[in-house]
Amino acid sequence: MSIILEIKDIVKKFGAFTAINQVSLDLVEGEIHAILGENGAGKTTLMNVLYGLYEPTEGDIFLNQKKLNISSPMKAIELGIGMIHQHFMLIKAFTVLENIILGLESEKKPFLDKDSARKKIIRIANENNLTVDLDAVVADLSVGQQQQVEILKALYRGAKILILDEPTAVLTPQECVKLFRTLQILANQGHSILFISHKLDEVLEISNRISILRKGVHICTIEAVGVDKALLAELMVGRECELTVKKDSIEPGEVVLEAKNLFINGSNFASNIKNVSFEIRQGQIIGIAGVDGNGQRELIEGIAGLRKVESGSVVFRGQDITNNKPSDILECGIAFVPEDRNKVGSIGKFTLVENVILRTHHKEPNVHTHFIDYKYASKLTEEMIEEYDIRTANQNIEACMLSGGNLQKLIMAREIHTDSDLLLAMHPTRGLDVGAIEFVHQKLLELRENKKAIILVSTELDEIMEMSDIIVVLYNGEITGVVESSCIDKESIGQLMLGETNSNGRYQSSTISPGDYTE
Amino acid sequence: MNKYLTSTFIITYLIAMIKTSIPILLAASGEIYSERSGVVNINLEGQILAGAFFAFLGAYITGSLFLGAIMGILAGMLFALAFGFACITKKASQIVVGITLNITALGITSYLNRAYFGITTSLPRVKVMPQVLVPVLNKIPILGEVFFSRDLMVYISLFTAILSYVIIFKTTFGLKMRSAGEYPRAAETMGVNVYRIQYISLLLCGGLAGLGGSYLTLGMLGGFMENISGGRGFIALALVIFGKWHPLKILLAAMLFGGADALQVRLQAIGADIPYQFMLMTPYLLTIFILIITGKRATQPAALGVPYDREKL
Repeated sequence: MSIILEIKDIVKKFGAFTAINQVSLDLVEGEIHAILGENGAGKTTLMNVLYGLYEPTEGDIFLNQKKLNISSPMKAIELGIGMIHQHFMLIKAFTVLENIILGLESEKKPFLDKDSARKKIIRIANENNLTVDLDAVVADLSVGQQQQVEILKALYRGAKILILDEPTAVLTPQECVKLFRTLQILANQGHSILFISHKLDEVLEISNRISILRKGVHICTIEAVGVDKALLAELMVGRECELTVKKDSIEPGEVVLEAKNLFINGSNFASNIKNVSFEIRQGQIIGIAGVDGNGQRELIEGIAGLRKVESGSVVFRGQDITNNKPSDILECGIAFVPEDRNKVGSIGKFTLVENVILRTHHKEPNVHTHFIDYKYASKLTEEMIEEYDIRTANQNIEACMLSGGNLQKLIMAREIHTDSDLLLAMHPTRGLDVGAIEFVHQKLLELRENKKAIILVSTELDEIMEMSDIIVVLYNGEITGVVESSCIDKESIGQLMLGETNSNGRYQSSTISPGDYTE
Repeated sequence: MNKYLTSTFIITYLIAMIKTSIPILLAASGEIYSERSGVVNINLEGQILAGAFFAFLGAYITGSLFLGAIMGILAGMLFALAFGFACITKKASQIVVGITLNITALGITSYLNRAYFGITTSLPRVKVMPQVLVPVLNKIPILGEVFFSRDLMVYISLFTAILSYVIIFKTTFGLKMRSAGEYPRAAETMGVNVYRIQYISLLLCGGLAGLGGSYLTLGMLGGFMENISGGRGFIALALVIFGKWHPLKILLAAMLFGGADALQVRLQAIGADIPYQFMLMTPYLLTIFILIITGKRATQPAALGVPYDREKL
């Protein structure tokens, strides 16, 4: 077990801004070393320095005790450092094989030498227990499989050190399990892995050692054994964090929304909504649980008018809104935090001010006789930035410049500001760090206390369990259970999520059939 | 009409079809390189026109068709270089720069034509490219006369289409080129120099377009007329979509267009009772028609027309 990579006192400045300050780390051969930190703590900057994308302002990098200058990604690859980017660097129109050999010299120059490459790739894949179809076109692969291609690509280029930038952000829970298994095998084979993350659970699960960064400063490096989540969170955020949600019990009010026998077409069988009914009352949070792709998106989009409801009805405060125009549905008192905050929730090239008034730009006081009142809009944005603690240089930067957590806060602020009776929140905390998650949860609970109704879609079971009053479990587009969150455990929900409806009658007592639910 | 459907008529028609299709075929073959690497070379029309004029000028001055064709290639490449500098290095809009350079090419060639040759009633001429018989193969009935008794340029063009197929799909350069047009940032992380690949592809395109232009003057007409390219660059752009960015499909597509063009010329000659302007429209109408049918289904390179900026993450 020798130290393979060592970085000493690395400083990286962008103009006057110091992104990382005097960070020192070492990586031991065969270990999985997590770099933990909030969004904006400098994790990615540090990794980009290692990968030759940024030149460090100060400090040294040693590989096998030799001082090095990593001037470009090509140099990094040559030195055996491979990076798995969060946004995959794969060409979707190419086959897996073509992606792996792209840019490399061929033995049969100038022609491609696919046959010998294929043999070599299969050998590497077998050694590391990776399975991918080399002739499949990347666009047809699942996200998890694409990630395996990325790993294979790095290994094919002789990577001994693998840097993974938030690899689980895009994966389903099952794919995460598979990835962790792969990483473990790679480490056993003598590869060293730097694993960037802000998720406490997975860092504890996978890593040997954990280095924590906060605001660009290296706080400490600790052995993962014997550390608990609370301590990690505190080290990472710099203060004690509420990891569990505390919510008061609230007497539900009158029915806000009622979905009756909904049928909605999805992109495949599993996501077709089939005969779904439920109702939600004031002061309630209904959590929609399920493995990603089991109809959650279709259900929410159906309610929001973004997808056609084939049959059944959506009744909002006694008014049938089924298949109304999305604008009318929003207008009558429904707020919507969509799944994809970058493409659907905001317009990247618009400023924060323009994004804030997206929904209300046509209404007083944002507009006076066809002219937008930017003065008012700016004031409003200013207030939201203040209240929601959105970290931004100013309110006139483009929305795409915000980090994920801050953009999500902005969207939440916009939607909550509409003072709607119902909030449809899809994966509101996906990809956010502990601090931001805590904030979003607080805001949702505040809404609940104000007698608003919230439909919360999430794949994080803990979040569903903690936040919801009632949990609706979707499997293959059907409801496999409607249960009160207080009378069910995680395992039982997990089983419902896999389609095992009331198989042994164990949940019968706590299962409330749709529509029957009354206080 | 039966008296026209003789074997002589059919053979001369097929010959005309091939000859007419050559400039479009060369330009479209070039455009594949450019578009596969992510650059829409709207300047194709201008590159053909420049190639046509400078090839003729070169041949007229030196008396050598070969040197003329080289001049044509260089002229096309020069325009491609200007286009590349503006659009790749300076990241200007490919559409705007392309259109501007097309107008520039029209202006320059018309001006130089009048300045050098003056306005004359009789067109200054060079001898068109001579027939080159392919041994043995030219003895095959009909096919021999149609395909293997043509000039050198026809053979070069057909060979170019096949060679392009090999380059694009079978070589490391081709893979790099396609990756630049699909996802340049990913390509760059794999060690592909996107700018370099785009310049090379664009210059290849300019050269082929210039060569196609030189066939208009040196292979078909033997002289130069203002705006001799007559929209062939745009037809070639459409062909690339129709042929799904695939050199061999584009070869067939070019033949189809050549056939339509040659047919309307024949129909005019026969004296069919339709105003000739409508006949002249045929290839263009065919272009529009085919684009309407196939344009929607075509999947273009994902990063086509988006200037790649290395510094911008």
